[in-house]
Amino acid sequence: MSADALTQATDAAASPGDREVLLRVRDLKKHFPIMKGIIRHRVGEVRAVDGISFDIYRGDTLGLVGESGCGKSTTGRVILQLEAATEGTVEFQGRELTSMRGNALRKVRPHMQMVFQDPHASLNPRMTVASIIDEPLFEHNFGPKAERHAWIEELLRLVGLSPAHANRYPHEFSGGQRQRIGIARAIALNPDFVVCDEPIAALDVSIQAQVVNLLEKLQDELNLTYLFISHDLSMVRHLADRVAVMYLGKMVELGPVDELYDDPQHPYSQALHSAVPLPNPVSESFRERIILQGDIPSPANPPSGCSFHTRCPVAQPECAQRTPEWREISPDHWVACHFA
Amino acid sequence: MTDETSEPTEPGVDTGMEAANDLGEFRSLRGDVWRQFRRHKGAMVGVVLLVLITFGCVFGPMLLPFDTKTPVVTNANRGAGWPHIWGTDNLGRDSFARALLGGRISLAVGFVAMAVSILLGVLVGVLAGFFRWLDGLLMRLTDLFLSLPLLPILLVVIVLFKKPVQDSLGDGLGIFVLMVLIIGGTSWMSTARIVRGEVLSLKEQEFILASRSVGTRPMRIIAKHIVPNVLSPVIVAASIGIALAILTESAVSFLGLGFPIELPTWGRLLNDGRNRITLNIWLVAGPGLLLSATVMSVNFIGDGLRDALDPKARSQG
Repeated sequence: MSADALTQATDAAASPGDREVLLRVRDLKKHFPIMKGIIRHRVGEVRAVDGISFDIYRGDTLGLVGESGCGKSTTGRVILQLEAATEGTVEFQGRELTSMRGNALRKVRPHMQMVFQDPHASLNPRMTVASIIDEPLFEHNFGPKAERHAWIEELLRLVGLSPAHANRYPHEFSGGQRQRIGIARAIALNPDFVVCDEPIAALDVSIQAQVVNLLEKLQDELNLTYLFISHDLSMVRHLADRVAVMYLGKMVELGPVDELYDDPQHPYSQALHSAVPLPNPVSESFRERIILQGDIPSPANPPSGCSFHTRCPVAQPECAQRTPEWREISPDHWVACHFA
Repeated sequence: MTDETSEPTEPGVDTGMEAANDLGEFRSLRGDVWRQFRRHKGAMVGVVLLVLITFGCVFGPMLLPFDTKTPVVTNANRGAGWPHIWGTDNLGRDSFARALLGGRISLAVGFVAMAVSILLGVLVGVLAGFFRWLDGLLMRLTDLFLSLPLLPILLVVIVLFKKPVQDSLGDGLGIFVLMVLIIGGTSWMSTARIVRGEVLSLKEQEFILASRSVGTRPMRIIAKHIVPNVLSPVIVAASIGIALAILTESAVSFLGLGFPIELPTWGRLLNDGRNRITLNIWLVAGPGLLLSATVMSVNFIGDGLRDALDPKARSQG
């Protein structure tokens, strides 16, 4: 089993620099049932996440990239136990989460939080900023009211807003400011791990940089670990230490950011990488784009063998037969391709 | 899409226009709502009108120098004039005093039945929308109630239960409780459906997910995030519900199954006056006017409340 191999590899101190593993995901699957007919019987399933394994080290940022519908967001939600995993394990600070229920899980939740994609939908329109940020504090008995309010004001300052904003409602803010409120809520309980689910996708480009810089600043100050989900490859390169590429519910490549960007091994990563525009007009004019043919297959009915073989420019007959193994081709660089 | 106060700010501390005002206490929702509500002219007119009608109905019959019960046949069927400003009915009783007296029961039935109906509707709607496993069951129950023919049910229930309930609670209160329960219990379905639909779409919003990611328990999510966000349609349903309840009560009274004859209601007065409309139009116009004014003011108040409870409308108002 490839997942076992991965566990052994990391346990055998193969991980560079003996970094502490904060989150260990093994063979994680999330299948959504497709129900049909008047008796709602199960006719199939959407394999949103179909067996992925990776580690995240403390203080690191893992970028998770891939096109729409490849299961990035679902991965984030399953890790935070907002969706029940179909199979596999999520180990956070040495504790297995997928089997946890009720109060045990509730005690872990403050340590892992989420920043959401849509700053317009992620804040309750009927609550003031103060009460939005207060919710996690109240739920986890942070302290008496005065103490909570002092911390809320501190948090607002920390994310670059003014304490005077505490009494306003979300609609009085711009997208970037709302995202800051969402970030303040996420870090309110001093989490160790934050899943950033496309936190900048809904923002203007000029605001994106501010939010990313804020995330970086907070990471330094609060020693946060991020899972940064995005489809913006340049932002991921800027922010992440390691990058994972997902395609159709599976991870196709995972490696240190420079290695993956300078020398992508999987044909899909290469195609993604070739789509990033270059700032230099000269090199931009020489940029060779790999245009993938066809559409992304339905995750309800993924192709046999390597799920990428239907669109892969270098596919061979065997790709349709054999599922490629998730193997480590160089230290901490993992690829799922027969020919990498 | 937002207003002009929400321009993107520079990174770093934003010294907004309100930075100077030091907030000892965070803004309270109740204060905000009241401030906005007072600015809604229609709603304030509604409040004044409703308070007037309510006070008139509660204290009017006592203050007016007329006997609303004893027939004085020599005084029957007078037109509007002095001292009977709305004339008298066929038994010589002052119809203005009778109309105010009728308002007591009609208003009480209207408000209490509406409260029962809204409570039931919100409860069923929220539970069905929020808990998937309850959805099928509760919505089929709603369909069942919707398919029941209201009047036959009312008749059967009143015939079956009028006596025992009146025996234990007294004549007037017994029929009141029965009436309120029946009207409320057969009019919650549209509220439930509206609320369920709203909850279904709310439940998928990211702020609910954010709340769940903190570990907030379902009941608190419902109380803090779901219910406040479904208030607008509920308030609209409530203001329509009052009118509907008052009208249903009059329909039942018309069939002779409602309140005893000595307790007039607007519906009963309308029906009684119907035949004598040519003798004295106020027999019908009086209670009708009060009924319409009540329904209208309730609708205005509902409108004002809905705006006051919506932070977006609040900042624009």
